[in-house]
Amino acid sequence: MSYFRDVGALARKDLLLELRARDTLPAMLLFVASVFVVFHFALPASPSRLATIGLLWVAILFTALLGLGRAFVPEREQRTMDGLVLTPCDRSAIWLAKSLATLAFLAAAEVVALPLYAVFFHPIGGATVAAVVLADIGICAVGTFLGAMAVATRARDLLLPLLFLPLAIPIVVGAVGASVAASPARYLGFLVLYDALFAVVCWASFEYVVAE
Amino acid sequence: MWSPSSPAAATIPDVGRTARIPLPALAAASLVLVTTALVLVFFVAPTDANQGFSQRIFYFHVSIAITAYACFAGAAWKAFRYLSKRDPRADLESYVCVHQGVIFGTLVLLTGSIWAKISWGRWWLWSSDQLVLFLVLFLFYCAYFMLRFSLDPGPQRANLSAVYALFGVVLIPVSFAAIRLAKDIIHPVVFTLHGPNFGGWILVTYCVAQVAMLILAYTLYRVELAGKLLDGRLRELSEVLA
Repeated sequence: MSYFRDVGALARKDLLLELRARDTLPAMLLFVASVFVVFHFALPASPSRLATIGLLWVAILFTALLGLGRAFVPEREQRTMDGLVLTPCDRSAIWLAKSLATLAFLAAAEVVALPLYAVFFHPIGGATVAAVVLADIGICAVGTFLGAMAVATRARDLLLPLLFLPLAIPIVVGAVGASVAASPARYLGFLVLYDALFAVVCWASFEYVVAE
Repeated sequence: MWSPSSPAAATIPDVGRTARIPLPALAAASLVLVTTALVLVFFVAPTDANQGFSQRIFYFHVSIAITAYACFAGAAWKAFRYLSKRDPRADLESYVCVHQGVIFGTLVLLTGSIWAKISWGRWWLWSSDQLVLFLVLFLFYCAYFMLRFSLDPGPQRANLSAVYALFGVVLIPVSFAAIRLAKDIIHPVVFTLHGPNFGGWILVTYCVAQVAMLILAYTLYRVELAGKLLDGRLRELSEVLA
């Protein structure tokens, strides 16, 4: 159980940092609201539900990218990563804690973004909310993992979207499918499968990402 | 001071160590096989009743696609070997596999695009599973190069490249399933390619083309690997002598 204590301590550190510095979450909120306004002007007058739901997922994905890009910035700027790697805990705990913290930010942003979408465009159903929850898990698990990879490179922030978007395509398929299909169970099941599969892969291989 | 027993010399990879089949033999074999495949495809295989002459591109398109998959699988296998054995050579082999895979993947996109234009009158079709999958894989493995080239050579670069290459083999089936799923929501299946009625010369031609492409890919892989190893060895020698 000490593993989960480690994860809890690491995640609390990130949440506390965000609470004091307020770097990421306001940026994500402002970004997602601006994106909705841009969508309004990019779409034809009174756009269909199909068109706006697709754009909702684009907005969620890019908002998540914004948060994921920031995830390892404190570690880089204050050289915390070396300390984290040296702590006597399992390295995958670093990934899990960071994923949970990012998930918290993303969920907080969506708590505002989804009602905003409903006000601006079309009402949201239960299947869409379920898809958002499942997609968030996949986005944060894979995105945090790739964020840790990207932050080690020279290109840094530039690289994360390039690494992340091809891997996020299955998430988009499952999420959009669950939002628009008459029977969303298949798509939600696919999202669960994606989350489980990639969470295991990330959990098992994170050690190699931070190992020097 | 350079001596054969110095530690620097010990790290120099031996260029011909694991070369089981000599390169000239491989090159000759791929030349013969590719020529045979060309002859079979253009002169022996029967013309398709529905699609006519253009259907012959199928023999290349499919065999190149399978070869690209083999390259990506090989890259993941070498990446796994690297992570378990920490052999820098396996990292290099994994990279060369991805490189060949991207080259063959690009050829899949090109041949598929030509086939789509001739058969359906359009250069790109989102309803073709294989093409869309290869586009996703193309983007994914191009990002592999971006990742690799923005890291300095060393264990960290090898680690990250290996992990990313392993992600690839997980992504291939997941993406394939996703593309299948997406078809149901975005648009219904418009074209159903009649499965080629495998038999006789069609089967022979396809098999020869497939073996030819695999041997060709392996030859190119070996050529590139030999070049890269030689390059690394030269650099280490010049460092030792400097």
